[in-house]
Parts: sequence; C-alpha cells; structure tokens
Amino acid sequence: MPALCRDCLTPFETGPRCPACAGRRVMAHPELFELSIAHMDCDAFYASVEKRDDPSLRDKPVIVGGGRRGVVSTACYIARIRGVRSAMPMFKALALCPDAVVVKGRMERYVAISREIRAMMEELTPAVEPLSLDEAFLDLTGTERLHSAPPAVVLARLVRRMETELGLTGSIGLSHNKFLAKVASDLDKPRGFAVIGRAETDDFLRDQPVGLIWGVGAAGQAALGRAGIRTFSDLLRWDRKDLGARFGTMGDRLWHLARGQDARRVSARTPIKSISHETTFHEDTAAPDLLDGHLWRLAEKVSDRAKARDLAGRVVVLKLKRSDHGLITRRHALGDATQLADILHAQAAEMLRGALDKGPFRLIGVGLSELCAAEDADRTADLLDPSAARRAGAERASDAIRARFGKDAIVKGRALR
Amino acid sequence: MKLSIERADLLKAVSQAQSVVERRNTIPILANVLIEAEGDLARFRATDLDIEVVETAPAQILSAGAVTVNAVTLHEIIRKLPDGALVQLSAAPGEPLDVNAGRSHFRLQSLPREDFPVMASADYTANFSARAGMLRRLFDKSKFAISTEETRYYLNGVYMHVADGPDGALLRCVATDGHRLARIDADLPAGANEMPGVIVPRKTVGELRKLLDNDEDEIAVSVSETKIRFATPSITLTSKVIDGTFPDYARVIPANNERRLEVDASEFAKAVDRVATVSSERTRAVKLAMGEDKLVLSVNSPESGAAEEELAVAYGDEQLEIGFNAKYLLEIASQVDRENAVFMFNTSGDPTLMREGNDPSAVYVVMPMRV
Repeated sequence: MPALCRDCLTPFETGPRCPACAGRRVMAHPELFELSIAHMDCDAFYASVEKRDDPSLRDKPVIVGGGRRGVVSTACYIARIRGVRSAMPMFKALALCPDAVVVKGRMERYVAISREIRAMMEELTPAVEPLSLDEAFLDLTGTERLHSAPPAVVLARLVRRMETELGLTGSIGLSHNKFLAKVASDLDKPRGFAVIGRAETDDFLRDQPVGLIWGVGAAGQAALGRAGIRTFSDLLRWDRKDLGARFGTMGDRLWHLARGQDARRVSARTPIKSISHETTFHEDTAAPDLLDGHLWRLAEKVSDRAKARDLAGRVVVLKLKRSDHGLITRRHALGDATQLADILHAQAAEMLRGALDKGPFRLIGVGLSELCAAEDADRTADLLDPSAARRAGAERASDAIRARFGKDAIVKGRALR
Repeated sequence: MKLSIERADLLKAVSQAQSVVERRNTIPILANVLIEAEGDLARFRATDLDIEVVETAPAQILSAGAVTVNAVTLHEIIRKLPDGALVQLSAAPGEPLDVNAGRSHFRLQSLPREDFPVMASADYTANFSARAGMLRRLFDKSKFAISTEETRYYLNGVYMHVADGPDGALLRCVATDGHRLARIDADLPAGANEMPGVIVPRKTVGELRKLLDNDEDEIAVSVSETKIRFATPSITLTSKVIDGTFPDYARVIPANNERRLEVDASEFAKAVDRVATVSSERTRAVKLAMGEDKLVLSVNSPESGAAEEELAVAYGDEQLEIGFNAKYLLEIASQVDRENAVFMFNTSGDPTLMREGNDPSAVYVVMPMRV
C-alpha cells in the first residue's frame, strides 16, 4: 500500500515506520497518490496565533473571544480538553476552565497571517477556495508534473512549511471531491492527515449521521429527522424524485451526497453576493444618536469594502437585533446602485427611523446586496437633492486623503458619536 | 335583502370594488364589498381604509337590506357568468349570500354590515366641477414620474394644486421620483381657487382613471386638507391624501437651458427603444451626441454589444454628448401626443427639460446619467 512519511516526506511501500527517518507519522492508503482534492483546516487558528505571538501562553489554556457578553470564538486544545467549545458563552467557558487566559481577538493580525497561508497555498495551485480565514479547499489535479510529486506529498509539505515558517499547525483532508475532503480534514485533528478514497466512500458514509453534511445544522437535521432520515443509509433508501419533492433543490444535492458524489468545483473566485458589517453593543440601546453613529461607521466600512473591490449595490439592508434576540431586517431597493457611504447611510438611517420604536437593540448591521460593477453605480443624480453631488465629491476626496494618510486622517463628525 | 341586477351592471360595480380592496390584509372585512339594496338602486361600497369607492347601479329591489361578501370571489363569479345573465342576490341577516343566475347557484360566506368601516366624511373646502378629459390629461401625463420609494413617501403621489401661470391661476399636477419630473397644467375650473394643495396617492390615481373614460363627463371634485373626492352620478371615489409636504419643485425646473433640440417624438422613442435593445444591464444608458441638425443615439454595453442610430433633427447649438436612462427617455417621449418633442439642454451633468412643441402646459425634466 502506498505510504508517505509526513515528517520527511519520503514516499514508500507500506510499513509502520518511515524507512528514511524512522518516524512514526506515516500515512498509508491505497489511493494516497491518486486523490487530488483537499481541504486544509488550521488547528485552533486564532488561539494558535496568540500562542505563537506570545510564547508565555504556550502551555496555558487560551480562549479567544471577548466582550462582556462575548462568546468563545476559538479555544486552544488545552482548553478544549476541559470542555470549552467554540460559540460557548464566556461565563460558561470560564466556569469549566477558570485558569484560562482570555484574549480579545485581533482580527487584523489573523487576516494578515491568513494571507500568508493563502499565499503558500496559491504557490501550489491556482484553484484555492478559501472558506474563511483558517480553512480552504485546494484542487491539485494535474499539478503532479509541476511539483514532481503527487498531491499528498505537496500537501504534507504545505503543512510542514506552515509549522516551520509560521508556527501554526493544520489538518488536511484528501479525497475525490469537496464534500468528502472537508469531512476528512475533521477526522484526524489536530495536525492530522486523513484520506477518504473512492473505494471506501460508500462504507465510510453508510453509518454517518446526516449532520456531517456542511449546511445541515440543527434545523436541517430536525427536518430530515421528521422524514425518518438520520444517517446516510436512511438517505440511500430514498428515491431521487421523492427527495427532490420533499426538500427541493437541497433534496437533489442530498441524493448525490448520500452516494459520496459532489460535482462542485474548487473555484478561487466565488462571486461576492453582498457586503455587510455589524456590531454588537456593550449595552442594549435605543438612543437614536448613538445608533446613528454606529450606522455611519458601519456604512463607511461597507462602502470602503465596496470601493476596494470596485463593486456597488442596488439594495440597502438594515439589520437590527432586539434585546430578546428577535431579528428585524429591512431592505430598500435603490433606483440607482451605489457604493457611497453617504447614500448607504441615508437609506439605512431612514429605515432605522421607522424601526426605532421596536428597540432597544443589542446589534445593528448594514449591508449592500444585489451587487454590480462600480461603473454602473451612482450614475444618475438626484433632482431633489442638488447637494448630493457635492457630498459625493467630498466623499471621494476624503477617500483619497485616507488612502494617502491613513484611515483616521479625516473622519466625519458623526463617526465620533 | 333580495335584488335582481343585470350581469353587466353588476360586473362593472364589483370590478371597481375588487380593485380597491386590499388583497393582503389581516382584517377580513376589508376584503369584502358592502352591498346595500334600497329603493331602486343597489349600492356597492369597498375600502382599504385609505380609499373608498361607492358605486350605484340600477336594480330591481325585492327586499331592502345589506350584506358584505368577499369582493374578489364575487367578482370572479360574476365575470364567469354568461353575458346578458340576470343575477339574483339574496341574503337573510347573518346568513350567507346566495348568488343565482340561470342554472348556476353560489353561496358566499358573509360578514355583518355593522362591521364594515365607513370612511368619515371631511369638511371639503373646495368643490368644483371638471371635465373628465382634462383630469385624465393631468394625471395620465404625470403619473409615470410618481416615486415608489417608501422612504420619500411624500413623492408617492401626484401633487395637485393651484399655481400661478403667466395668464393667471392654473390647476397643476406635478410628480417626481428625483430622477424625472412631470409638470402638467390645465385651466383652473371655477370654484377651485380655494383648493388646498394635496398629494393624491398612486393607488387613487389608478382608481380615478376608471372614472375618466368619457371626455365630456363632468366630474365633481371636492378637496380638503386630508381628503379628496371625485364623483360621477354613479361612482364616488374618496381618498385620503398623503400627509406630507411636496418638495419645492419649481427650483429644480431649469429655466436657462440654452441648447435646443427638436425631434419627432415618435421617431425618437422608436430609435431609443431600438438601440437600447443591445444593453443587458438593468439601467440601460443611451448616449445622445448632437451636432448640427444631427442626433446620434448610441448604446455601448461591454458584455453584449453596441448600437448606433442617426436621426435628422433641428439642432443649431454647440456639440454636446449626454447620457440618459433609456427607460426615462422612452417614458417622457411617449407623453408627446401630436407635436415634436423639444429638448432644452445645459451641460451633460445638468437636468434636461423637455416639452411638447412650444406648449408650456406640459413640462418634463429628466436627470442625465453618467455614460
């Protein structure tokens, strides 16, 4: 059976130890050198970055998350042993693990390191599809000649490089499609390497719960459960037509996944569908001035991102979460698509005015959707608002100033509210 | 209640009622039409709380009374009955309504008339009579510019008011959505001087249109600060007006645009329509390039292609290139009935004015688009 030493990257023919370095981190699988679709998932990414940047944290349980009513965003493996999980409320996490060091997340740092990892992956193949900062699909099909090594070796080399150069560990899932690659990367965490081959796909899936499918959460499992579907073998008993009739397009997808089939391509560019930002307050608020200040800052962030990507949006979305977690969303279609913070804010503020009586709120968010190219946006001025053109000019000018002198070089007074 | 009525009369009354009722409402009785039988008339009343329409039709009343039933269902039934049928409507108090026509029998659940909301009458400060043809022109030529934007709710209607013209007071209708504007004038009918300016909502404008088919009909118009009423001998349409201030439109109508283009409106509209075909974008931009007695319309869409068409026009000013949303151009060009369209331009960034020949009683303004 083909085997690979994950420490020294020597390929060999089966055996418990590496013949070259005598290492025990050996991956052996009949299809090891034939599979080429992979999922790379960093291990406890945020927490690992913190430990790497501050070695004194190395042997301590570290929780990244925060705010007075924050939740755990990442827990290191030491904290995980004590039962701390992602998305757990902080007070609960600290009850389980009172000696944990809680670190407030430094998103900019994580983004920077994520870029370095991404650059490493993009050296291997152009088909890198990031799912978030710390995980991505890679399609290495047809790269064997280029790298003079099969994908499995290239991937083992990638995680080894991440460890030596960035001090971060990751787990690899290797299979013949995206669905199974993602499932595989979770099988052997942390610092793992797992393979699901074509021959074993059916056996592997048969007794797995349907919750294994990315996108089938608690609600999805409940819906499937009502149809008597709990495991993949339950799914296999269903006719393709019946699944489609009951679950719509998802039904057809389930039928294929049940057979380990997933034809989605790994694509570097998934088109962006919307741009949004939101913020959770320290204390619930209904104060119009305060909300408006947040709204402006968020509108500016959304607008900055739209401008950076040369995009604009036709629909403005306002999102509010009430104290009881009830969600309120408002949408407004603009006559003319925009990427300007001024217009985005004005529309969102108008919608906020209509919803103020539903406060106090714990969260506010604003977004742009139905995106189009920037050159198709802001083309028709408003007859009734002749100063809009001047404000748009002012916004473009302050963008230029911020691009040159930093993003706090010039701000609107209302951003300080 | 028991009455007999011609299918055609009933259909007309019920179709007006069913278009007023709110289809997606949570108050069941607002989906109903109130039918009242009295003397030798049947009266049909429907409301969505903002608009109320009352239509009377001749009927043979066998016993007086009233009932309310679902307007859309009743309309569907009557519509499907054969032409010329005599329809009998009968209901005992608190009982369903029986609809009988020939060998067809229907039974519709009813709600008591006491629960039916009747719009309070207003103190109308102005009452006057206007020709249907005149009102139709005022509203038909302005309604395309009504905004659908809910945030500027005060633009969701036609602003009808008394304005000062060069030869005295006029009755004027204005609508705008911020991208285009229509300003239509008519002679002020006697008795309308005291009329307060009101914003007539979009839905009311649509309902009103059905009263205005015959040019010569006299429409009785009553206006207060909060309501407006249009009445013919058989139909009364009462509507709340939009509670808001219409913006000062006068300052956005350009007065000093110098460059004058005159073109056959229908040739122009057809050409715009043709060149816009190649554009797949949602907002299709048409570029107008003007030289001496020549207009070149062009569309350039990176994805789908390009189109160009040249028109003979009257133009004698400096060359100019300016872009517009094709839809806006088509809409204003299609308002021109007989005469040529006259466009007055300033620069490619300023609002453009359009009128029908030299007629100052219909003026349109459209914002250009960056191309």
